[in-house]
Amino acid sequence: MAERATSLEYAGEQRDEAALIRRVREGEHELFYELVRPYERRVYAAAFAILRSEADAEDVAQEAVLKSFKHLRQFRAEARFSTWLLQIAVNEARMRKRKAHAEIMEPIADREDSEGNYTPRDFADWREIPSETLERKEVRQKLAEALLGLGQIYREVFVLRDMQHLSIEETAKALGISPASVKTRLLRARLMLRDLLAPGLGGAWSSKLSFAKGTKPW
Amino acid sequence: MVIHCEEVWREVSNYLDGEIDPSLRTAIDEHVRGCQRCAAVLDGTRNVIQLYGDERMLEVPLGFSQRLHRRLDDQMPQNRRTVLGWLVAAAAAVLVAGTIELSRLSVWGRPDLRSQMAHHGNGVPGNLMVVVAEDGRLFHLAGCSFIHEKDKLRTMTAAQATHDGYTPCPRCLKKYLVST
Repeated sequence: MAERATSLEYAGEQRDEAALIRRVREGEHELFYELVRPYERRVYAAAFAILRSEADAEDVAQEAVLKSFKHLRQFRAEARFSTWLLQIAVNEARMRKRKAHAEIMEPIADREDSEGNYTPRDFADWREIPSETLERKEVRQKLAEALLGLGQIYREVFVLRDMQHLSIEETAKALGISPASVKTRLLRARLMLRDLLAPGLGGAWSSKLSFAKGTKPW
Repeated sequence: MVIHCEEVWREVSNYLDGEIDPSLRTAIDEHVRGCQRCAAVLDGTRNVIQLYGDERMLEVPLGFSQRLHRRLDDQMPQNRRTVLGWLVAAAAAVLVAGTIELSRLSVWGRPDLRSQMAHHGNGVPGNLMVVVAEDGRLFHLAGCSFIHEKDKLRTMTAAQATHDGYTPCPRCLKKYLVST
């Protein structure tokens, strides 16, 4: 979605990041806080998408930020700082996961990178879901569980693109894959989530709610 | 142009992201008008994007930023730490002053709480900026996901909120409730 692309770019341009980076390199180290602040959340999200654990994601996010500070001299001006930082976070998270052998616990779908067509399984009809629905912990919990049920390659694309609102190109660079792969995986992630959530959002959860008889909340 | 369901499913993302040829968009629109299954897929996927795009769906753990900055502090070269030291000292002084102000309020008697089940906070900095909802019972840090009635929020200091009978949110201000 063209208009969705990316508050990241906007933030970077507004702040003149090149000047900030130059000043940090020249010794004004405290300015590094200002440099990374807009991206802290995205770094955490990228790590969480891979590791599926809050504690591990926080630890990896910290490591990534520290590493970017330590190696700021290696940053090349033709890249975006935000993308470079995310690449570090993604690499750190993947290494952490490999060390922990966590791939054993991943859903089977994660091990295949099917480029074939995805056929939806559930055709429950949803109406528009009001964002107030997210006030309910139970709904947030169900959505979180569905997300964690995706394979890693789909989850990491979905989190960066649809939850952190990176562009296709930024997502591709951060994950080290092609924009075409981002699009393919994103489509499958969205359709799989729809299938995972359709039974609940189409009826079962709504039966516990006090909406007018005969209407669905969405 | 006539298209089949499979083609619609293949183009759902491009359609919703607005990255689709106008003639294909028109063909999909026409198909969806007569196909309930594809309409369900399209609407459901749109809902997925909208719901997960909400920032409440992936919140950083409470205190994440502070812990990150503390680790960064440890990495900063010593010569710069002196400047930071002054900043930290200044921040600490403000916190102490705020706490004293809150204690002063407490000495005059604790206000009536808005809920019998609530707990007074312990050590909430008086000058901490918080938000309250008109009809609520808690005060929150801005952005807390426990805030209801977001259209009726007021911003004030923690001292004022305490004075008015609000109590700390058990989620975003949990650390102040531990030893009450």
